[in-house]
Amino acid sequence: MSPPAVEVVDLVKRYGPTTAVDRLSFTAPAGTVTALLGPNGAGKTSTIEICEGFRGADSGSVRVLGLDPRRAGNALKPRVGAMTQAAGIPTGARTGEWLRLMASFHARPVSPDLLLDRLGLAAAQRTPFRRLSGGQQQRLSLACAVVGRPELLFLDEPTAGLDPQARMATWDLVGELRSAGVSIVLTTHYMEEAERLADRVVIIDHGRTVADGSTADLTADRQELRFGADAGLDTEGLLTALPAASSIDVLHTGADGRCLYAIATGAPGGLGPEFVATVTTWFAANGVLPADLRVQRRTLEDVFLELTGRDLRES
Amino acid sequence: MTDSATTAQSPFTPAPGAAPLHRMVRAQAGMELRVLLRNGEQLLLTMVIPVLLLAGFSLVPLIDLGPGPRVDFLAPSVIALAVMSTAFTGQAIGTGFERSYGVLKRLGATPLSRPGLLAAKTLAVLGVQAIQIVVLCAVAFALGWSPNAGAAGTAYAAALILLATAAFSSLALLMAGTLRAEATLAAANLVYVVLLGLGGVLFPLSRYPDAARPVIDALPITALAEGLRTALSGGPLALAPVAVLAVWALIAATLTTRLFRWE
Repeated sequence: MSPPAVEVVDLVKRYGPTTAVDRLSFTAPAGTVTALLGPNGAGKTSTIEICEGFRGADSGSVRVLGLDPRRAGNALKPRVGAMTQAAGIPTGARTGEWLRLMASFHARPVSPDLLLDRLGLAAAQRTPFRRLSGGQQQRLSLACAVVGRPELLFLDEPTAGLDPQARMATWDLVGELRSAGVSIVLTTHYMEEAERLADRVVIIDHGRTVADGSTADLTADRQELRFGADAGLDTEGLLTALPAASSIDVLHTGADGRCLYAIATGAPGGLGPEFVATVTTWFAANGVLPADLRVQRRTLEDVFLELTGRDLRES
Repeated sequence: MTDSATTAQSPFTPAPGAAPLHRMVRAQAGMELRVLLRNGEQLLLTMVIPVLLLAGFSLVPLIDLGPGPRVDFLAPSVIALAVMSTAFTGQAIGTGFERSYGVLKRLGATPLSRPGLLAAKTLAVLGVQAIQIVVLCAVAFALGWSPNAGAAGTAYAAALILLATAAFSSLALLMAGTLRAEATLAAANLVYVVLLGLGGVLFPLSRYPDAARPVIDALPITALAEGLRTALSGGPLALAPVAVLAVWALIAATLTTRLFRWE
């Protein structure tokens, strides 16, 4: 059994009076994609930069490929690829020559031409970094992280600000890297990205792990009945018709006075056919015609918002 | 096809490993050199200004440079200025911005070690200086320069240039590694202008007030310019310029090692 790609236990990082990472723990198994998902300022980048060896921890332990990233930096650097938020590429360097330079630091690199082609950068080969679009700069940064054929890849917000095509190209590449056996740890605040790419999702908020598991684990046992109806719906009345341990939430209020409701239940039998019949019987008795009535699993987004709150954050 | 067969065929199958150090340093030095030679402002500083000063003041008697052909005084001066502009001014500004753009941080995550990066930067600086010296000598010869230096004088001049490069580079990195990029830009240009005026580059040292001489003689640019001038005109190969440059190099390198911050 190879050691986990990354193992973080009780990690703490402070910047002056601010605690950015507050006893965070998670494990990224080898050969899988692990997504650190969290709102801005949750401590994702601090965590990943500590794993990359850019920063030291205040306390706690971090093991990358079984090694301490601060002490074993030289041994880890050839084995670990890093895509940082700031690309760190000189403004005057050209796309192709910079990627070739990064390739020349490694013993058995991926062909730079292949990578340029795959990431849609072939036509921008001779363009200086400062003249690339934001999306092109990001893809070049990804290519630089990948070119050394690393065992482990850290991707900090790999698709932030990319257009849909570029995002798809990035996702395809991440999928291919995973099938090739590369362990990947990425940060994101896009649910769709985490849901689509990650074997394992670690939800982080205020520097702590608030949930950890596969998307299926995180959304399991969270069936709910959703429907649209007027804002004035008698939810009290509906609730009394339902078995005990049920709840009704308003997920969303539209400008037209329509609301999106969600009913969940912890009653024995759960959200089965009889439960749905009870709800629709009450609708019939009260003259309510619900729109888009459906039974569904909660999405990762629901879980995320439930755990991290719906309020907008500063920063 | 089995899963392992698919894996083996992927161009991304992990196969990590660092390249040999000499290959990394050569590649990085080539990159640094190309970026330097493509940068218009750097070229203005390292090539255009020295050539204009050499040609302008050799042809037009605006300042009294003492006895002898004007170009004989100016050629060593301008070589000294060119060495300073590349090793100090250009390198301070370039490295300062690299630091603020996170280039140094990102390179720190590659297999290229920090000593390897410094070696590459040094090679790039020496490469630019070689080009500068060839160009300036060609212009000086065209203007009638007739240096008078034997093998010993030439070797002495080369040693002075290397020592000055070490001192100026350390000072450049000290500035770039401790100040903000914008502050480095301003300070490096200011130092360039001040040393150009005070350092015996355009004016013979005898023109400066006696009281200021101890300070002026202790400047690295004075040591380099005066040392080159004596060596290339067949004068005695004095120890003083070597000592001045060595002390500057030692102090700056020590401070840089202690204070340089990569981010």
